Amino acid sequence: MLSDVSDGASPRKSDPPRHAAFVRVTHWITTICFCALLVSGVEIVISHPRFYWGETGNVLTRPLFQIPIPSSRKMVPTGYGYVLPDQNGWSRYLHFQAAWAVVLTGLIYAVWGMWTGHFRSNLFPAPSDRTWRAFGAVIARHLRLRRADETEAFSYNALQRASYLVVIFVLFPLVIWTGLALSPGFNSAVPAAVNALGGRQSARTLHFFVSAFLLLFLIVHVAMIFLAGFTSRMRAMITGTMITGIATAPQQRTGEERA
Amino acid sequence: MSTISRRKFVTAGLAATAGVSSLAAAASLAKRYGLIPPDSGGIYGPGETLTYAAQRLLTRHSLAREFPRRMISKSPFANEIAPPNDAFKSLQAVGFRDWRLSLDGMVARPASFSLSDLRSFPVRSQITEVVCEEGWSYVAEWIGTPLHEILSASGILPQARYVVYFSIEPDWWESIDMADALHPQTLLTYAMNDGDLPVGFGGPLRLRVPRQLGYKSVKFITRLTVTDSLKGFGKGLGSASPEGGYAWYAGI
Repeated sequence: MLSDVSDGASPRKSDPPRHAAFVRVTHWITTICFCALLVSGVEIVISHPRFYWGETGNVLTRPLFQIPIPSSRKMVPTGYGYVLPDQNGWSRYLHFQAAWAVVLTGLIYAVWGMWTGHFRSNLFPAPSDRTWRAFGAVIARHLRLRRADETEAFSYNALQRASYLVVIFVLFPLVIWTGLALSPGFNSAVPAAVNALGGRQSARTLHFFVSAFLLLFLIVHVAMIFLAGFTSRMRAMITGTMITGIATAPQQRTGEERA
Repeated sequence: MSTISRRKFVTAGLAATAGVSSLAAAASLAKRYGLIPPDSGGIYGPGETLTYAAQRLLTRHSLAREFPRRMISKSPFANEIAPPNDAFKSLQAVGFRDWRLSLDGMVARPASFSLSDLRSFPVRSQITEVVCEEGWSYVAEWIGTPLHEILSASGILPQARYVVYFSIEPDWWESIDMADALHPQTLLTYAMNDGDLPVGFGGPLRLRVPRQLGYKSVKFITRLTVTDSLKGFGKGLGSASPEGGYAWYAGI
């Protein structure tokens, strides 16, 4: 299988791409939307950087915590005027537009992923990796700051798979739910969405923390791309072609090889 | 190889045609059923249109959450307002005795109401939350005349599609569609908790629209206009909010 590729650095065109075109397109749409949501979300938080628990909360009630940024107005503590102009209409427009785009993209991705078996074959850990021992081995390797085996360029290890699954099936649904629970219109139709979270201000605080976890994922994700080889990983996610020291993806890899 | 790419090409072409024509069909249906907001132009138009259309399909008759009495906020927060203008101050000096709310436009009988005229209509009280776009909120009991009461008493014409409402303060006006205007919780509010509506909270008269963000609940209301089009008002974006960069529909 490997022998007919003469030049190890240029896999044949008929090789299956490292990432399917569908994954690459939805990945980059999600990236753009997430960045837009992040910037606009920060701008929205700056207009009232205080967080509460329960149904209500305002400048006259005690916050759960607050982000210490200078205040430009006497009554409403806001960072406007120091941080960004005193206007967050654009950020709200952008936040909801990006939310629509990422939710629709995510829905299509989820249906496609289940239809094609993408989640089963690429994201759910391989049977041999579904043990604490296998999991521990990957974590131990990370803790020892050892570089990944080159074959890992063609597949995800158990830790990667677990974090992608958490992002796709836990954090994204949670951030959508807590976000929808902030909509007075949506809440009128589905009051349980906000009541189950303990009230409007609890939903807002949870939305903030879930977003913070997503940001943490983004930071680690980008850091790992730099560690693993920025050019090859970016090329793989843009063109689908993975070029590393070894010629092509091992077609049949077993859990033992990886463990 | 070539047959596969031809098949792919044909499939992609069919999919694109289906996509474009279903988008066009959706757009014309949305227009017919009034699912396009007045600020649907511009780069954020698609998001706004999706939000408004989705919520109109989902929430046309749904009620904002109402709360038990014990959840009324001990410390409601009256947002900052500009110092009142002279017209307001002279009305305030005589206890708002001469405050008038005029109703014109597409109604059979244009009218003008004093505060005591409004109090002669059926009263509704509701304990709902004020939700500011900045993130803070409070719960209060709001007491007043449902907007639909005075609209139906004045005979709205069948082609009416929006109600535009104006504050006594210049350049402070909003509009809502008929789903919100006829909604039982949309309230011409003159009292709050245990007394008259304080000036800080919009007294003597505020239009409360509890299914939308606080900025749709304009304070110091003096005029209502029923219309079939928002084109002739301001820049034609529906209200002062989109002119200042905020969404017209604030049900988010």
